[in-house]
Amino acid sequence: MSDRTDLLLSIADDELFLGWRNSEWTGIAPFLEEDVAFSSIAQNEIGHARALYELAARELGTTADELAFDRRPDEYRCAPLVQLRRLEWARTIARHWLYETADEIRLEALKESDDPEIAGIAAKIDREEAYHRMHARMWVDRLLSAEDGRARLNDAVDELWPYALGVLDAELRPELRRRAEEQLGRSLPDVEPISRGVHEAELAELWDEMTMVRRSAPAGAQW
Amino acid sequence: MIFEVFRQERKGQPFQHAGSVGAPDERFAEIYAREQYGRRQESVALWLVPREAVSEIAGFPDEFELKYRRVDGYSIKARLREARERAGTLELAPGASDE
Repeated sequence: MSDRTDLLLSIADDELFLGWRNSEWTGIAPFLEEDVAFSSIAQNEIGHARALYELAARELGTTADELAFDRRPDEYRCAPLVQLRRLEWARTIARHWLYETADEIRLEALKESDDPEIAGIAAKIDREEAYHRMHARMWVDRLLSAEDGRARLNDAVDELWPYALGVLDAELRPELRRRAEEQLGRSLPDVEPISRGVHEAELAELWDEMTMVRRSAPAGAQW
Repeated sequence: MIFEVFRQERKGQPFQHAGSVGAPDERFAEIYAREQYGRRQESVALWLVPREAVSEIAGFPDEFELKYRRVDGYSIKARLREARERAGTLELAPGASDE
């Protein structure tokens, strides 16, 4: 498999798993408007995954659906950050914000790619991600503005920080630290990143749920 | 806070009331309105107005039935018929043979 396909699948898997995880809040988000907004963001992420899988599928002679649902759990390349199951709300916001901050840095780099297809899809995705970042940042600012929220957010960010570093390649990590520290107004611990390639037990659970329909109707479910 | 949302379906068209969103502040309201009233490409622009900023005027007494102020005030057909009867020209009016 080429480096290009490997890269496309890594990002696609991140977006698919995060979209799936975020959609776990549908129906039970803290209030109605947030439920609609967060579910919509989750759908966008899955849309990004599909577009990226389609690019990879062309190169591999397969389809987006096969890439999304027909691989074994240990073949997915998503960062451990997006594998973690639905977390308490402050942790969900911490993950969402850490991921979007890392993703912004990754997209900035990809938009400069010499490969016009990669640069093009990165620019397209980034135009939607801009609103996800606005959503994440407003929540972080909101939580930071009150004592209880600040404590919950800070605990969650500290816990997820090694996972957040693992979303990016080593050379992009200092920039993630700079941006995250800037918005939090504090420094973050020096920790060992939990990198791509690690498969949390929660990945297999999610895979089981995510591929259930596909496995029950291999010829394609009809609705 | 409650924000009333007005949406414009196409450029140049008037903004029409679409509904409302509840949000802790304007920043949240913008995101929520965008997702609720824009994510299906159903709007090209939105106006957000805090509900307190809307002045409501209600109560319009119409004690003397001043119908002539309304464009749908009265039927011209009935009046015309009465006038023609008085003038004795009813049978000359267009469509008279149908009646």
